[in-house]
Amino acid sequence: MKAVANKLPLDIETIRLDFPILKRKVNGYPLVYLDNAATSQTPQQVIDVIVDYYSNYNANIHRGVHSLSQEATDKYESARKKIQQHFNVANSHEIIFTSGTTHSINLVANGFAQELEKGDEVIVSALEHHSNIVPWQMLCEKTGAILKVIPMTQEGELDMEAFHKLLSAKTKMVFVNHVSNALGTVNPIEEIIEATHKVGAAILVDGAQAAPHIKADLQALDVDFYVVSAHKICGPTGVGMLYGKEKWLNKLPPYQGGGEMIATVSFEKTTYAELPHKFEAGTPNICGGIAFGAAIDYMNAIGFKNIAAYEHQLLEYATKELLEIEGVKIYGTSKEKTAVISFNIEGLHPYDIGTIVDKLGIALRTGHHCAQPIMDFYKIPGTVRASFSFYNTFEEVDLFIGAIKKAKMMLQ
Amino acid sequence: MTIQEIQEEIVDEFSMFDDWMQRYEYMIELGKSLPLIEEKYKVEENLIKGCQSKVWVHADLNGDKLAFSADSDAIITKGIVAILIRAYSNQHPTAILEADNKFIDEIGLKEHLSPTRANGLVSMIKQLKMYAIAYQTQLD
Repeated sequence: MKAVANKLPLDIETIRLDFPILKRKVNGYPLVYLDNAATSQTPQQVIDVIVDYYSNYNANIHRGVHSLSQEATDKYESARKKIQQHFNVANSHEIIFTSGTTHSINLVANGFAQELEKGDEVIVSALEHHSNIVPWQMLCEKTGAILKVIPMTQEGELDMEAFHKLLSAKTKMVFVNHVSNALGTVNPIEEIIEATHKVGAAILVDGAQAAPHIKADLQALDVDFYVVSAHKICGPTGVGMLYGKEKWLNKLPPYQGGGEMIATVSFEKTTYAELPHKFEAGTPNICGGIAFGAAIDYMNAIGFKNIAAYEHQLLEYATKELLEIEGVKIYGTSKEKTAVISFNIEGLHPYDIGTIVDKLGIALRTGHHCAQPIMDFYKIPGTVRASFSFYNTFEEVDLFIGAIKKAKMMLQ
Repeated sequence: MTIQEIQEEIVDEFSMFDDWMQRYEYMIELGKSLPLIEEKYKVEENLIKGCQSKVWVHADLNGDKLAFSADSDAIITKGIVAILIRAYSNQHPTAILEADNKFIDEIGLKEHLSPTRANGLVSMIKQLKMYAIAYQTQLD
């Protein structure tokens, strides 16, 4: 570590002991995991909850009268309450367990088919992940609605002036991410939500990339829908949440039919269950839901203010060191960004850089990051992306910088 | 030389290296010696799908043998293509179709055979064999 005079807000060495995977080697080198925007690592506290579930109280929920089923149901519902409190949501039945962000978005897109008519307009941003573009394109094809795009600037920010001009009485829905996965830009969602509501439209905010860094107060934001994946915040894969305002969730039709989501079934007529069960057909990812709650507890014990402060130090240090390498160009230079650096080195292909640094134990992401429109905007095939978490260290930043220099030397 | 003899030659060359870095440096060198595809063939239909980097491959029939030329925007990918082309170029389509790819593993590039690498080595081999099938029919 070269120079970090600032007092660290977190005891990183102790925190790292919580993550068994951080002890392993890759290609003979200690793992330096800088692909946190793709998925975060899992602390022992969450792994223990998963093991405990399958070892001690694995049972189907909301159905059985037996004790195990009751125990599993209690834990699952208590996880829902933890998530509710974390995001400051008014009612726990406004939290729907899903398989993740993509599932959550598709659930809403499917439901909105009945809300849209030909000629209505829906707005997405140029900074979206494919999962927040494709479902809306499909929705527009189905309904004849028109998809409008909020353009982005060279700095990787949304062009807010253009956004305000796009809004009109025709606008029915707006979809925007809280934080861009490819660039790390934090979008001004307060302003976007307020302006959207002024024209009477609904808004969904994709919080997948924000959740690991920012504790969002959903009542204060007054957002209609907010979606998150557990695996980005130290939880397991295959589980996430959809927050929806009660009035919207009551209005939207169920997404999938099956067990759990019904009140009564006959061949003539089925009536649907109350929220949240209306949207939770079939046996859910019970263990995943409970572990999602444990992950929220873990993150809160560390504290989001501490996490944000520390990650910001990592980001500043890594940015400064990286820019000292000749030919480095960073994409996404917004003032408000999370600990993500998307970059290229002049004359080198991101894939080549990623391949070489992987050999040195450094896990980065290369490619278009499921955000091809952003790459098209910059006219590049992709970028190398380093994304930091609170368990990364300044020493790891040094190893990362060293690996990039080595790759550059080999490839030029 | 047969494909197998060329493959053995490549395996021999790579066995001189002690570590991955020397292997990659050599591969980068090989990439620079790749028989470059003519610009006019750098078109959508010659682009191999499934690569993070762009790879174009073109085939010409020379008598009863297939000659490949290629290019890529990534240098390591270019090296891999160069190795493949050295093994398969100027061979009869039947020989190309019958060849196996064990040598990729033997020269320590096994990780590039994994579909998760998304560098399309598997797609490249498939494409070379597709050309072989197409021209084999023509020769028959």
